[in-house]
Amino acid sequence: MRVLTMAKAINDALDVGLEKDSHVLIMGEDVGRTGGVFRITDGLQEKYGEERVIDTPVAESGIVGVAFGLAVAGMRPVAELQFMGFSYPAFDQVINHVSRIRNRSRHRFTAPMVIRIPYGGGIGAAEHHSESAEAIYAHTPGLKVVVPSTPYDAKGLLLAAIADPDPVVFCEPIRLYRAVKEDVPEGWYEVPIGQARVEREGSDVTLLSWGAMMLETRKAADRLAEEGVASEVIDVRSLVPFDAATVVASVEKTGRAVIVHEAPRTAGFGAEIAATIAEHCLYSLEAPVRRVTGWDSVFPLKRSEHQYLPSVERIVAAAHQTLEA
Amino acid sequence: MRQRLTPSGGLQGEAPIDLQLTRRLYRAMVFARTYDRKGMALQKQGRLATYAPFEGQEAAQIGAAAALDPNDWVVATYRDAALMWAQGYPWELLFAGRTGDERGGSPPEHVPVLPPSITVGGHMVHAVGLAWAEKLQGTSRIALTSFGDGATSEGDFHEAMNFAAVFEVPCVFLCQNNGWAISLPRERQTKSATIADKAVAYGMPGVQVDGNDLFAVYEVVKEAADRARSGGGPTLVEAVTYRRGPHTTSDDPSRYRDQAEVEEWARRDPLERVRIYLAENGAWDAEWQAAIEAEAQAEIDRAIELAERMPPLGPGEILDAMFETPPPHLEAQRRELVEGLQ
Repeated sequence: MRVLTMAKAINDALDVGLEKDSHVLIMGEDVGRTGGVFRITDGLQEKYGEERVIDTPVAESGIVGVAFGLAVAGMRPVAELQFMGFSYPAFDQVINHVSRIRNRSRHRFTAPMVIRIPYGGGIGAAEHHSESAEAIYAHTPGLKVVVPSTPYDAKGLLLAAIADPDPVVFCEPIRLYRAVKEDVPEGWYEVPIGQARVEREGSDVTLLSWGAMMLETRKAADRLAEEGVASEVIDVRSLVPFDAATVVASVEKTGRAVIVHEAPRTAGFGAEIAATIAEHCLYSLEAPVRRVTGWDSVFPLKRSEHQYLPSVERIVAAAHQTLEA
Repeated sequence: MRQRLTPSGGLQGEAPIDLQLTRRLYRAMVFARTYDRKGMALQKQGRLATYAPFEGQEAAQIGAAAALDPNDWVVATYRDAALMWAQGYPWELLFAGRTGDERGGSPPEHVPVLPPSITVGGHMVHAVGLAWAEKLQGTSRIALTSFGDGATSEGDFHEAMNFAAVFEVPCVFLCQNNGWAISLPRERQTKSATIADKAVAYGMPGVQVDGNDLFAVYEVVKEAADRARSGGGPTLVEAVTYRRGPHTTSDDPSRYRDQAEVEEWARRDPLERVRIYLAENGAWDAEWQAAIEAEAQAEIDRAIELAERMPPLGPGEILDAMFETPPPHLEAQRRELVEGLQ
């Protein structure tokens, strides 16, 4: 065991993946010589060479489309797009090709590949650098979408994504890259895609989140605990497949749910979770489901970020509303 | 512009292939034209969904495929049935796709041809990836991607050409410049004097060839394939040809082009010049022509019968190829779908 940040844990997963399977490739802008804009791939080109850790031209659609071809022909590409706002030029490749080749060829051709996308706000970045578009990917049939919130999960989910026979969009919360550290095992291990993680058990209210918002959600649970409210905290961590069973079981127990995400509210993934709760455990609810989300605005620039991002206070207030109902 | 066979069947220089192979490729072009005309006819009868004819482009497609090895990748479009078939894709599956069945996109295991791209231009980068994978795995396979003049205006054309050149992947870019992108003529598509000229910007060779000349297309694509296979990187081939039919069965070209132009191109027919050449070399007669036309008709009739005899996907099967293993939400939706149909 070593104590690693999420950035190091992802680097470790890529290292282990490259080591284990000669078909694994890393490709993206600046991933080789400089180790990536977030230094996630630091040292890997030195170790595995320019043919396996590939600095590409600045061309997101090309990166994803070429990775698709590599995957169809038997390679296991892990493509990095520098920021989620820069993943939009590659939408056509992801939606029209990557996500559907298995279906349009009825399993004859497949694209086992990973698209790593640093995402989310809270770092005062330039415009287009703080987006949370995970729901757009989750809405696209044929993709798996995962979002780790801990170093352990980041490594295990990434290795599961590399081993997965289908394409996986791997969303990396930028704010968490170096914010938390924990024990991370050496070597290969997988965290199964499709399983939520009950991080804290409680009987009064279920708090659901993923990615960087898990930081605020955990703090809100601590704050509520001081008031004597026992929160059940669930890290959703896999949007597709979504672990409805774990969420439903928890809400049946607590009767209350607060969903927290930083993406805009309308058609955010929180809406899918709220609908799932309504479909499967409406009669267990003691209060309306609350959503604490980013607003339906363009992600604000640095000086106004605090207005946009869900805060501990907003989460606690939403929990209070469910408890008072 | 490279030309080996003039429209009147005259040979310029040396023939790149012998008479036996020429006969075989002529026969393939007859099959392709039979398929294409059948496709148009079946669509009019309501038996196929929208159909995109390739009449006039047979030499570009059959000539290019003939220059490939049987296990080379082909990544092509909805107008490339002849090219795909020549690389092993069965006619019945090409028809199946057009009847509206996903299984048309699933060629047999040994056929290295992706299902046809329906969006314009997005597939060229796939060929680059396939070719690159072969290079990385040390095989001698290459990839050929086919697209039209319209696709060269798409951003992904640029990204594909650039990637291919930078990483020197064994890929052949075959542009069938057929003069029209639906209603937009070639001269409004790009200011470049030729499409082959665009290769210069990427640091790769660009060759313009008479796309209605089987010999010239074969020769140019063979040179490009040999170069790719020997580590020389990609080539852009512009095959100048003509879309004699509409863009698709939903299109009416009389709204935007002169019939005189269509008639002029009919005189540059890709089959006729090979027929004349074969006849002049004692390798064609009317009896053989009748025989191969009958063979083609029988094979194409059999193919449409196979495609139409295929029962549609069963209840819920539309959900069965989204992932290798269906996750719980898809299993639940499948049950709901099946119950709803009962």
